[in-house]
Amino acid sequence: MTSHADAVADHGHHEIEIPFNVTPRPDTGVYNAKLGVWLFLASEVMLFGALFSSLILLRTGAPTLPNGLSSWPVGKDTLHVLPATVNTFVLILSSVTVVLAWANLRLGDLKMGRIFIAITLLCGFIFMGIKAYEYSLSFEHHHYPSTHNFFAIYFTMTGLHGLHVLGGMIVFAYFLTFGSKMWKTEPARFTNRIEVVGLYWHFVDLVWIFLFPTLYLL
Amino acid sequence: MALKRQVRVGNQWMYARDAWRTLEEARRVALEEERHERQHDLPFWRKYIFSTDHKVIGIQYGFTALCFLLLGFCLMILMRLQLGWPGHAFSVMKLIGEGRAPGGVLLPEAYNQLGAMHGTIMIFLGIVPLAVGAFGNYLVPLQIGAPDMAFPKLNMASYWCYFMGGVVMFSSFFYSGGTANSGWTSYPPLSDIATHGQTFWLCGMVFLITSSLLGSVNFIVTIIQLRAKGMTFMRFPFFVHAQLVTSFLLLLAFPPLEAAAVLQLMDRLAHTSFFLPTGLVVSGQVLGNAGGGNPLLWQHLFWFLAHPEVYVLILPAMGIVAEIIANNTRKPLWGYRSMVGAVVFLGFMSFVVWAHHMFLTGMGTVISAFFQTTTMIISIPSVIVLSALFISLWGGSIRFNTPMLFALAFLPMFGIGGLTGLPLGLATADLHLHDTYYVIGHFHYVVAPGTIFAMFAGVYYWFPKITGRRLNEFWGKVHFWISLVCINGIFFPMFMQGLAGVSRRLYDGGEQYAHAKLIAHQTNPFMSICAIGLLAAQVPFLINFFYNAIASLVGRRQEIANQNPWHATTLEWAATTSPPLGHGNFVEIPVVYRGPYEYSVPGAANDWIPQHHETEPAPPPGGGMLPEVAVAQREM
Amino acid sequence: MTEHVEIHDAHNDPEHIKREVRVYLLVFCSLAVLTGATVAARYVFPDLRMGYAIAIALAIAATKGFLVAGFFMHLLSEKKLIYAVLALTVVFFAFLIWLPLHDIADKMGK
Repeated sequence: MTSHADAVADHGHHEIEIPFNVTPRPDTGVYNAKLGVWLFLASEVMLFGALFSSLILLRTGAPTLPNGLSSWPVGKDTLHVLPATVNTFVLILSSVTVVLAWANLRLGDLKMGRIFIAITLLCGFIFMGIKAYEYSLSFEHHHYPSTHNFFAIYFTMTGLHGLHVLGGMIVFAYFLTFGSKMWKTEPARFTNRIEVVGLYWHFVDLVWIFLFPTLYLL
Repeated sequence: MALKRQVRVGNQWMYARDAWRTLEEARRVALEEERHERQHDLPFWRKYIFSTDHKVIGIQYGFTALCFLLLGFCLMILMRLQLGWPGHAFSVMKLIGEGRAPGGVLLPEAYNQLGAMHGTIMIFLGIVPLAVGAFGNYLVPLQIGAPDMAFPKLNMASYWCYFMGGVVMFSSFFYSGGTANSGWTSYPPLSDIATHGQTFWLCGMVFLITSSLLGSVNFIVTIIQLRAKGMTFMRFPFFVHAQLVTSFLLLLAFPPLEAAAVLQLMDRLAHTSFFLPTGLVVSGQVLGNAGGGNPLLWQHLFWFLAHPEVYVLILPAMGIVAEIIANNTRKPLWGYRSMVGAVVFLGFMSFVVWAHHMFLTGMGTVISAFFQTTTMIISIPSVIVLSALFISLWGGSIRFNTPMLFALAFLPMFGIGGLTGLPLGLATADLHLHDTYYVIGHFHYVVAPGTIFAMFAGVYYWFPKITGRRLNEFWGKVHFWISLVCINGIFFPMFMQGLAGVSRRLYDGGEQYAHAKLIAHQTNPFMSICAIGLLAAQVPFLINFFYNAIASLVGRRQEIANQNPWHATTLEWAATTSPPLGHGNFVEIPVVYRGPYEYSVPGAANDWIPQHHETEPAPPPGGGMLPEVAVAQREM
Repeated sequence: MTEHVEIHDAHNDPEHIKREVRVYLLVFCSLAVLTGATVAARYVFPDLRMGYAIAIALAIAATKGFLVAGFFMHLLSEKKLIYAVLALTVVFFAFLIWLPLHDIADKMGK
């Protein structure tokens, strides 16, 4: 398939036409951004994996008390399980709303799509708000990162996770505002972008699904 | 034969084949001019500074990386001055500040800083950006027939992220507490309690790692998705395979180091104890932190990256050498399929050998044996690749131009580097050799006369493509021979020093050791003189490079008939002009019909057939592309 | 201002999408139930041995993860290429978790 990689073909845009941005490549079956986001998520698995590995290593290496239990604090008793449980529901809800947003966009309904993206963004705000409340509760009990490695890894992992949530929220905010201009010119490409961000968001939810029991319940 | 027929183009008679080439060129130039006229011209800052064109980004990476390589090299010169003549006053030392070198005598703390930053700058700011960011960015889309990378804006973001990381790292030199001084490996507990410069190092690393991650996603998607029609995986130039595996290594191995850097930042800034054991005593006082940390956790996470990292350093170099060898022997690579299989296997194995850097940390026998075994296994694919490259020379019509000289030198130099790695991979031998100069000799052989020579080869080889001018051959050969001799003079004696027991990271190079004093005395000054010689050898290269680069910029390109001066088959040479067209790369995206190394095909008239030619190009039946050109024919 | 656009695609057939939406809502309910279960398990059986507690928590988390990845992220109907990338990642992830753990276990004499 020879095509003129000519800037002029693109309505005078300065950007050139990159093939398979919207339509999938026949032999791989994916479009570019989908492969790109899965590769990025693979690297994120390794990032959080390294932190889980650190948690396991530090926990296993901690001395055991005479009664046979680990000298590490128990999450159930030192962390705040109720807010975290609520957060888990909030995040799962946001995963549903983002995938519903994508479904509506595929049906051609921008209005409903944007509503669901807005709900997802709202869930993100709620999550961060509850998290801030949780942190403040910990500080009130004088549980700081420097207090014990358990709190150190708790704050680091949930903090990094929170940064990822924030990143996703910024992207959703962009798509709700400036980004939705693309719907007029290239609706399929816009829909793909929501799918890709949705994949990232689901991954953030997935990390929390493992983080929550590991830190709070064990 | 029709090929002997002469045609007249304008007022010149030429063979039909040459007429065809001239007319094709004319057509390309006409189309390019047309396109430039129709294109809205971008402002300077969007065309050259914040560009999304992979070629501009490649040049940006290349230029920045070469500057950092020179900086790292200068740091090394200062170190070698100290090692050759410990305690001597050198006025050039004062360049790094009176506080670090009072009266021109380097302080031990400053030596540590030089050592740590030399390693960091060379690896993360020099070689990886040059090999992957510069060569990879520029050549991969061209070699696979793509109009650009899959995510051009992400590409631009990767470069600027790297640039920011470089700024952060570089600015740490000017901080009053000094720069990082815990080695390029940044081992805790020392790095946890070191001066502020270490925090700069960690922040710089976060930028650099992010840049690499974004870049690697771009490379993998581009190579898999944007290859031209007919470009199957087994028709890739070997360079593309090398870059694909390298990108997977960067993608999956870097994040643990990013996590570790975050943990170390937490240790330093939030006073956590991830890597600080309980009851740590610093300068006679107990540190008073919560404790419970494990310094080995850092080592595991660090080396999980840093081992694949060394393969990131060598694979693009192997790719470059393979391209140049195939081209300058005028025959296909021997064992192409084996080489591809070998690098894929190498990439996979590189993730499971990391703890051979930790043999002396008290690991149990089972786990040590595991890592020793995997390390021995991983030497096999390297041998396969090197052997295939050696055998590729057999029966070739070898052209000894400057890129080929560097590529040929790569082979035995990498061989020495690889072979000296074997005792280090055996736990028992490593007991004696770990943290000695033997290790420094080993890895420098692989990276300096190995990778860096391959980088030079690549610069000489692809300079005509990027600028439309060839670098001067005579001065190229001068650069090569003096560099080769000096670089061996620096690094070979290191093996002897290491075997004699001289530790690395010693401020005086072994002077204070009774058992090693003699060998240190005998070898260090010689090595330092060779280092200065190596610096001198780069001068003709710098002049050659800048003269020709500037000449190209002011428009003094050499004849466009020279757009493929090496007569190469791969797409970046055969299907584009030199330099390639603006954004979009190709007049028409090529279709690929052949493998990458169709040199000396029996029965062909030329000794090379480009990948995008279905049959050997023949002149068009009477006429040519520009009908208004008067074409007369006469039999010879 | 076109808010309603036709995107012609075999996958964008409205019936197909409505079926998918039903699946999403079902998965959401399952996830909610499992979240409740994992918290309840820890409070109902507070004195369970650590090994069992870890196993149960991970099993529930893995199930939830499977649902999110399989249905929300459409992994169950993804292409081979994506599976290959993820398989590779899982292998390296396993090495990253297992080997340092083995090292520390060695040192603790376990």
